[in-house]
Amino acid sequence: MAEHLLEVRNLSVDFHTAAGTVNAVRDVSWHLDRGETLAILGESGSGKSVSASAIMNLIDMPPGEITSGQILFDGDDVLRMTVAQRRALNGKRIAMIFQDPLSHLNPVYTVGWQICETMHVHHMPDDQARARTQELLRRVGITDPAAAMAKYPHEFSGGQRQRLMIAMALAMKPDILIADEPTTALDVTVQAQVLALLQELQQETGMGLLLITHDLGVVAEIADRVVVMNQGVVVESGNAAEVYRNPQHPYTRRLIDAAPGKGDTREERDRQGEPLLRVEGLQKSYGGFHALKGTSFTIMPGETVAIVGESGSGKSTMARAILRLDEPDGGKVVWKGRDLLAMPPKELFAIRRDIQMVFQDPTQSLNPRMTVFQIIAEAWIVHPDILPKARWKERVAELLVQVGLHPDMARRYPHQFSGGQRQRIAIARTLALKPRLIICDEAVSALDVSIQAQVIELLDGLRRELGLSYLFIAHDLPVVRDFADRVIVMKSGEIVEEGPTGQIFDRPRQPYTRALLAASLDPDPVVQAARRATRQSEGLVPA
Amino acid sequence: MIQTNSSLAKERGRLATVLRLLWADKFACFAALVLLTVVLCAVLGPIWLSDEATRQNLRGRNAPPFELERGLMYILGADQLGRPLLPRMIVAARNTMAVAAGAVICSMVIGSALGLVAGYTRSRWSQVIMRLGDVIMSFPSLLLAVIVLYMLEPSVANIVLVLAITRIPIYLRTTRAEVLEVRERMFVQAARVMGTSDRRIVFRHILPVVMPTLITIATLDFAFVMLAESSLSFLGIGIQPPEITWGLMVSQGRPYLTNAWWLSFWPGLALILTTLSLNLLSAWMRIALDPVQRWRLEMGGRKNG
Repeated sequence: MAEHLLEVRNLSVDFHTAAGTVNAVRDVSWHLDRGETLAILGESGSGKSVSASAIMNLIDMPPGEITSGQILFDGDDVLRMTVAQRRALNGKRIAMIFQDPLSHLNPVYTVGWQICETMHVHHMPDDQARARTQELLRRVGITDPAAAMAKYPHEFSGGQRQRLMIAMALAMKPDILIADEPTTALDVTVQAQVLALLQELQQETGMGLLLITHDLGVVAEIADRVVVMNQGVVVESGNAAEVYRNPQHPYTRRLIDAAPGKGDTREERDRQGEPLLRVEGLQKSYGGFHALKGTSFTIMPGETVAIVGESGSGKSTMARAILRLDEPDGGKVVWKGRDLLAMPPKELFAIRRDIQMVFQDPTQSLNPRMTVFQIIAEAWIVHPDILPKARWKERVAELLVQVGLHPDMARRYPHQFSGGQRQRIAIARTLALKPRLIICDEAVSALDVSIQAQVIELLDGLRRELGLSYLFIAHDLPVVRDFADRVIVMKSGEIVEEGPTGQIFDRPRQPYTRALLAASLDPDPVVQAARRATRQSEGLVPA
Repeated sequence: MIQTNSSLAKERGRLATVLRLLWADKFACFAALVLLTVVLCAVLGPIWLSDEATRQNLRGRNAPPFELERGLMYILGADQLGRPLLPRMIVAARNTMAVAAGAVICSMVIGSALGLVAGYTRSRWSQVIMRLGDVIMSFPSLLLAVIVLYMLEPSVANIVLVLAITRIPIYLRTTRAEVLEVRERMFVQAARVMGTSDRRIVFRHILPVVMPTLITIATLDFAFVMLAESSLSFLGIGIQPPEITWGLMVSQGRPYLTNAWWLSFWPGLALILTTLSLNLLSAWMRIALDPVQRWRLEMGGRKNG
């Protein structure tokens, strides 16, 4: 009998790219036992997914190459098995679920067919497979499983799709379930439900659960042990609570320090005087769907207002309506006493400078065919009165320094930067126009935790230096806690609750706000355990 | 003065970069040389060789290639009237290029301009343009050509016109489809937030993204247009003898294929080499123009494509 259910020993994987050989992981070892949850924690590019890909035979070779190591499953080295042997293992004894369930479900087949297929592949008769599928769907909490089997993936919500993926993975009663960022694409309340489901299923079946994540909160919620990876190397491993309380490696310490939501909330501000922006009864509907149902709020000069809510709550629609990227159906947006929505195009053009936007994904919001200089200087081509052409070069260099980049980087193209650097470039571009208000639409949610902290710090510094105001749209509550003066909670196109940050986080009045707070994950396993207990006792988030 | 000097230096620097990138891809380099030769033939050939190309020599009818006794002009053989093939091909390059390049450029410019309008605006014009494209597509192109060229003089200009019209919908539809997608991308939204004018968004942000696709289609179309022109010539409504094109030469040589293959083979080879070179060059251009891909060439062109 093998010592561990699954053991990775001294695994090294190289990728041979045109720019030279990259050591994706070096000398990585960990093990997983039955009935245990192991989390591999790391930021993007840390190689946290590579060992799981090696187990599932998902590494393309070439360009990948496993240079050394063993992967022992029940004592047998997976890497020495034949292709047929590995295929028999995959799906049957080791199953995997992915981050984005929509792209891993085939849109042209019914859900029932796809789950049955896993079982057909491993030679189960059709009638048995169908019965088992129905049972699985019931188990993962899909209502009316018989009807659900005949539906197509697009007819389900994101959380339901992840449940379907879990059902599919569990079809053959695997010994090991590998979950690669299973909840990253989901809303907080749904995330809590899916994690709870995974934990229940694990206790029921006694399988080993390998969870790959970047989120300390997820680790705190569900993991027994944790392996921390950085730049292809395991820097630390051990009991999850132990590692959080007493991190040994500087990287782990940095990661834990960077986790948002620990500091004090901002003090309440005096809100006397003329607001910078006043939104009154803003409405927008798409066909019969009312995305905004007459929302109103104000932003004072120098203030940071955060809008939080789950997907579909209308928070992004609000940003787009204020900027008139989508024309709203009704209401007023008053900027310094003038209604933006009733303004002729020429005056609107002049005001465009004052309200700028930072988008969620910097990879997409920067034109890939323009250099950084061209991207930033475009602002002055559009608004020639800001700066004479002779000073462009100098000012671009200044702006790059201001957002923490090197002036020489102006000649490069966006793809030559990391995600965090790209977001800095996007911020430099908005600053080029000297705006008064910056709307950040999920501006940090695509970034790694430590990068996130840096960008937030940058935004905060700019506010102090330049007296900027922010409308900060986010789904991530801890980030908001650290950064915002006021918080607006939205749900299905309406404002549920509004108030100073301290009040919303410490004394929420509405049940929805409470549910949202209870569902968000704290990086501290002890706090998280307590939170889970209250959540269950109050029944705020039905599992 | 200093300014012009520096801009001149910048220009020279850019040319050097282009040549360096071209040198990195040996196939594209070869293709560029072939195309340069074809263009030189088209420009200079008719000036020097048009007499040679039309001189009949009935004793040299269907003279086989690679025999030097009739002179260097007959190295590739002679046609059914004893006219030497080499100078004829060189002279024919002009008409062939004029028709093909003219038709491709016209259809590309008109088609993609209409496509940009149709894709970017949501006005009624977009619908009008698309239905116009449908009308052209549903009308058999050869029938259109026959009608137009029967009523008008079958000159180079008219053939270009007919061929251009029939190829417009391809660019129109491709451009519109791509614009519809690119328009929703974040960097276009970001430009709008900045207050950028529609014209600048279309030409600075959208067109450069769509352009590689259009150029690829255009090079593929080049071959199609050359063959379409030869089939028009075959029907007797294309280029009229004594004017010559490569397509016409292929179709004129067709009856003699069994006993004098060279009549069709050499112009056919010229057609293939030209289109192949265009394809290779467009593949290179797609990489060289894309900052994300350019490193493939800059690192020495070991693995391009």
